[in-house]
Amino acid sequence: MSIFRPRRPPPGPLDYTRQTWMRLVLLGTFVFLYAPIATLVAFSFNDSKRNIVWRGFTTKYYEKALANEGLIEAFMNSMTIAVLSTVISTILGALTAYLLWRFKFPLKPVYEGAITLPIVIPEICLGVAMLVFFSRIGWPTGLPWPFNLGQITIAHVSFSFAFVAVVVRARMANFNPELEAAARDLGAGEWAVVRDIIIPHMRPGLVAGALLAFTLSLDDFVITFFTSGPDTVTFPVKVYSMVRFSVTPEVNAASTVLIVITVAVTVLALWIQNRQGADKSG
Amino acid sequence: MSENDPKPIIRINGLSKHFGAVAAVDDVSLDIMAGEFFALLGPSGCGKSTLLRMLAGLESPSAGAILIDGEDMSRVPANRRPVNMVFQSYAVFPHMSVLDNVGYGLKVTGVPAAEVRARATEALELVKLDDLGARMPDQLSGGQRQRVALARALVKRPKVLLLDEPLSALDAKLREAMRLELVNLQETVGITFIIVTHDQEEALAMADRIAVMDQGVVRQVAPPAELYEFPASRFVADFIGSVNIFEGRVSEARDGVITIDAPALPRPLVVEQDKQVATGAKAWVAVRPEKIDIVKAGAGPLTETQEEAVNTVPGVVEEITYLGDLSIYHVRIAEGAEGLVKIAEPNFDRATNRPFTWEDAVMLSWTADAGVVLDS
Ligand SMILES: Nc1ncnc2c1ncn2[C@@H]1O[C@H](COP(=O)(O)OP(=O)(O)OP(=O)(O)O)[C@@H](O)[C@H]1O
Ligand SMILES: [Mg+2]
Repeated sequence: MSIFRPRRPPPGPLDYTRQTWMRLVLLGTFVFLYAPIATLVAFSFNDSKRNIVWRGFTTKYYEKALANEGLIEAFMNSMTIAVLSTVISTILGALTAYLLWRFKFPLKPVYEGAITLPIVIPEICLGVAMLVFFSRIGWPTGLPWPFNLGQITIAHVSFSFAFVAVVVRARMANFNPELEAAARDLGAGEWAVVRDIIIPHMRPGLVAGALLAFTLSLDDFVITFFTSGPDTVTFPVKVYSMVRFSVTPEVNAASTVLIVITVAVTVLALWIQNRQGADKSG
Repeated sequence: MSENDPKPIIRINGLSKHFGAVAAVDDVSLDIMAGEFFALLGPSGCGKSTLLRMLAGLESPSAGAILIDGEDMSRVPANRRPVNMVFQSYAVFPHMSVLDNVGYGLKVTGVPAAEVRARATEALELVKLDDLGARMPDQLSGGQRQRVALARALVKRPKVLLLDEPLSALDAKLREAMRLELVNLQETVGITFIIVTHDQEEALAMADRIAVMDQGVVRQVAPPAELYEFPASRFVADFIGSVNIFEGRVSEARDGVITIDAPALPRPLVVEQDKQVATGAKAWVAVRPEKIDIVKAGAGPLTETQEEAVNTVPGVVEEITYLGDLSIYHVRIAEGAEGLVKIAEPNFDRATNRPFTWEDAVMLSWTADAGVVLDS
């Protein structure tokens, strides 16, 4: 009669996630990263004006947030700007990356370096620069919605397209040029090559870049603060002004909604990407 | 094949391609016949790929002209040339299924979907991949990916199929099998094949004709046997197979027999060859290792072949390389002579019963028609 029970083999050298100390480190990291967010979400359901002690569950602050016209308007502004700037910066970023990958021209290294400037320049400087620029050229104010969001959208595009360009450029670096040659050899014209070969290769970079651009735009405060007027308040700017009076669960509720949206967009993007992979191999 | 239809499908005229100061292809003129299996052979970097890419329209010539089926191609872009290419990396589109890959060239030129499907399926059958149409490229082996690349090019029914080192990424066994298969495929489809390779064995085994290239220049164009037996220069002789080269001067050239004084040898070399050479001119005699006979010095009466052999050289065995089917003997002729003479002998007996061994004195001999006189 066997007294042995099947035992799991001991962790192998690369089974990091099965080693106790590694699990502790991971756990610690997760707590450190997500505890503030979990707290924020939890306290959005707190039945108390002060955000300190737990007094019971309620959803009334969500109702309150929904009823807050200023907050809703700011939220709509933010979403509109985020969508617009994501679309524009993804297109511009992809074109820039394509240009840098495809062509040789004088001063290309300089140009390639200049592309990353918006990423490394402190946001505050960019914000001030935008402010000066728009007042200098006399950008019209008081336009009807959504044209009044133009300044902020342009400002957002100006830094987020650089992120898209860098991500897509990195993706193109491992493109096999024989793929393009093969497509042309098989009868594809310039545009067909881009549509059938280059864009599919870029796609993971495009999705990642667009996602970056979207979240960058959605939560940007500094640059937006310098380019927004009284009637073009975005969500982060609005939250900031609300917090200056007091941190109410209403702010928590609004922030929770924002987190949910960001996560939803990310999941959606990943899902689209995975489905495309699965489609083809299915 | 070429004998029935001697019409050139491709005419290359004074074609050159310069990359800065480098002449990758230098004033090449070639005619390639319809239905021919043509090989471009040469060492790495000699410009084979560049020449092939110019035929495909993927590289524009610096000078010269290409005519395909009588039409000047200089203004025709790659996507409208009647040639297709199998790339060195196979370049199978990673985001398309096997069937979509094969059908791509038809779909992109506006062939109706039903026809694309039918012809792509047919092409996959041709390369024996008919049951893998739904697979993605990353689920294929290297050999299967190569077949996809082949089918994808053939489905376009090109006038000429260009293959850039198609076998170099395969392992030795598969490579040998694919050689045969490519030759059979070419006979089935009847399309002119131009294959680029740096492997002389591959070129000899497959091609109807071979162009040997070196540093952008075509050195010789000939059928495999002629190339092997009658190389036109030391470069070609040395590049195709293994060869012994003796340097000397022509002392006599009469009635198709050339006599050459080689300082390294005790006796002048005699070569039976119809070739115009000036007496006193510098010349080289190339002799293939398998054409030299080797016996132990002073061992019994001469064999029949030795009786006939007019070229005999004594020497000492210095090295023996055992290759299983063959042994290569490296023999030093004369004291201080540079280089060793290579002799290839089939191992009829087991290697343990080798008739002679290291340091044995031997006699080398070869007939008058074994060697070939080279003047460059
Ligand atoms: N785009 C290019 N720019 C500059 N030089 C090039 C370019 N393409 C090829 N060359 C040069 O031209 C020469 C011939 O190149 P090619 O690729 O035709 O050689 P190959 O015979 O195909 O060699 P391999 O067997 O290694 O593939 C080489 O010296 C190479 O460095
Ligand atoms: Mg090459």
